Amino acid sequence: MAEQEKKEKKEKIPRQPMPEQDPKERSKNFKEVPFGYTPELAQKEASRCLQCKKPKCIEGCPVGVKIPEFINLIAEGDYIGAAKKLKEDNSLPAVCGRVCPQESQCESLCILGKKDDPVAVGRLERFAADYERAQGTVDLPDIPPPTGKKVAVVGSGPAGLTLAGDLIKFGHQVTIFEALHKPGGVLVYGIPEFRLPKAIVDAEVDYLKRLGVEIKYNYVIGKILTVDELFEMGYDAVFLGVGAGLPVFMNIPGENLCGIYSANEYLTRSNLMKAYLFPEYDTPIALGKNVAVIGGGNVAMDSARTALRLGADNVHIVYRRSKTELPARAEEVHHAEEEGVQFKFLTAPVRYIGNESGWVVGMECIQMELGEPDDSGRRRPVPIEGSNFTLDVDLAVVAIGTGANPIITGTVPNLELNKWGYIVADDATGKTSREGVYAGGDIVTGAATVILAMGAGRNSSQAVHQYLMNKS
Amino acid sequence: MFKILEKREMAENTVCHFKIEAPLIAKKAQPGQFVVLRPNETGERIPLTMAGTDPARGTIDIIFQVVGKTTALMRTFQEGDAFLDIIGPLGKSTHLEKLGTVICVGGGTGIAVLYPITRALQEIGNHVISIIGSRTKDLLIMEEEMKNASNEFFVTTDDGSYGRHGFVTDALKDLLDERKDVKLVVGIGPVPMMNFVCKTTKPYGVKTMVSLNAIMVDATGMCGACRVSVGGKTQFCCVDGPEFDGHQVDFNELIKRQAAYLKEERQSYDLFQKKQGQ
Repeated sequence: MAEQEKKEKKEKIPRQPMPEQDPKERSKNFKEVPFGYTPELAQKEASRCLQCKKPKCIEGCPVGVKIPEFINLIAEGDYIGAAKKLKEDNSLPAVCGRVCPQESQCESLCILGKKDDPVAVGRLERFAADYERAQGTVDLPDIPPPTGKKVAVVGSGPAGLTLAGDLIKFGHQVTIFEALHKPGGVLVYGIPEFRLPKAIVDAEVDYLKRLGVEIKYNYVIGKILTVDELFEMGYDAVFLGVGAGLPVFMNIPGENLCGIYSANEYLTRSNLMKAYLFPEYDTPIALGKNVAVIGGGNVAMDSARTALRLGADNVHIVYRRSKTELPARAEEVHHAEEEGVQFKFLTAPVRYIGNESGWVVGMECIQMELGEPDDSGRRRPVPIEGSNFTLDVDLAVVAIGTGANPIITGTVPNLELNKWGYIVADDATGKTSREGVYAGGDIVTGAATVILAMGAGRNSSQAVHQYLMNKS
Repeated sequence: MFKILEKREMAENTVCHFKIEAPLIAKKAQPGQFVVLRPNETGERIPLTMAGTDPARGTIDIIFQVVGKTTALMRTFQEGDAFLDIIGPLGKSTHLEKLGTVICVGGGTGIAVLYPITRALQEIGNHVISIIGSRTKDLLIMEEEMKNASNEFFVTTDDGSYGRHGFVTDALKDLLDERKDVKLVVGIGPVPMMNFVCKTTKPYGVKTMVSLNAIMVDATGMCGACRVSVGGKTQFCCVDGPEFDGHQVDFNELIKRQAAYLKEERQSYDLFQKKQGQ
């Protein structure tokens, strides 16, 4: 009876919204969209948690964050304690609080969600991590004595950073080799500043460096050093977390016209190279007035919202299925709509039209209808004959996915790959066909989410640790 | 940081040679490969094919002409200054094979890129004929080096101030008329020059290799900025190149893609000049 009362009382407090920039204002700047919870809002939201005896939410978290425990600490006002609790399982909480698809993970399993809105786990996670960082009280955990084992991590994205953070805490020596000139992988080149401020990535990476992780930049493994050479140099194990760094194009006529970017290029120019600050930064980016972004995932939303901020008058998301099939997070779609991104569903480009100087001026499209479900279980889009029309476009961004980049996988003898070029690795451990070589993240699964890559890094770190300790 | 150990001005101070400390790259690099350089925190990433390496000393050679802001900034660097980032060696190395007679054609700073390839082709036993050219005598670079790496050697200048009066392609055409044993032509220089070299060799059916310096960002195959149509298929210059069969390259498309940021390049350059003047 008491439990029932408690539940009813909790349900009366509604899910607390997170204050954010006005859509009209924010679509013109690159500052972060939400401001985050205040301590008062966070405590109020945390008080909604039922503190279930058998919490379902934890099952929905790929890295098994002890969700009710950290939320309880927030409810008690111990925000630093909450951040520490988060970090026991998640080395990048400020990142995950922002970019995790909580609605399909932890929050989707929250009991409150059955009748009401679930506890805002992501917002609370973000609050605790931000609070700790703002206080400048990020303490380091105790590190056991050195084991004398050395691990090379290839790629400093979410998988590599998570694994590095875990292995350094076991007492191993960890070196990350990053191909670009900044750490973070997709967190820096892919996700825009307005969704994930780069200062946050820097702070998370700085924490790992303080723990003792070494990061070497400008190392394209497969070119400057091979995996075999890393072993020759004395590394006892190698983890490949290089992401899915190969842009996919549609191979339709006119795709090499100027003004047509892969999402990788568009976002890398803007995010990593800071082209949105041109000419203060030297890297340019084409400024479209009428922009088409092809695709319906988070990367497409990021590209469309970037184009708006760079001054476009019209930004269209062109997606071949309908709204219900959009793979992007609901929140990203909502934010994009609020800011003025227009959606053209059931539409696919068939060719681009250029002017005499080789710039795109139009995109011919065809209308689609949904037919029978395909292998993915989603209804297959089928072109409607004769429905072609032309969209005025002076910039197009192709955001239809990525593939496996062969630079590294092609230089590791006897590394088993699947037919798409991704590394074949054990789900639970990341173990590959080569002894001492582990892999995780997008280079194993194909393009997925930050948290799934972190989950893979977590799983592999346990396996790599076991491997190192059993190795004489 | 990648320190500049030696700086040398060439061609009436229009071209600059850096010897840069980069031991690992120097050890690994093969002829035809390139590096990406980022001069400073606000800088862009630009690809440049290496003009040479000294693995023992741990240095790489970069030769460039001032064509915009980044190269203008680079030219202000002195010995002891350093690049923030250098990434490499990137791209595929030159496919080197003993074929018999080969002709190496170079123009502008392309001669610097051509030199290590020429030397390697000669070292493995080819009979190397080189033709290098420039607009005028004073702009010609690396004449001695190219001469020493070649069995036969020709110079052309557009204005006739030195060597043969005319374009490298004039000399190339005469050679192809004279000799029927040419197995390969390597042409490296400005895009229009490479285009003309390919047009010259096409009727003779002589395989022609060019080295393309497309616009790049990451230069590891991740972004696709450097797309080039080769034989009707899209290739990435950074990982599939930089060398391609010139008869298959869509030069018209390449020329347009190279010009994509002319406006921004000018804006950036003007701003830099203004700041330098202050």
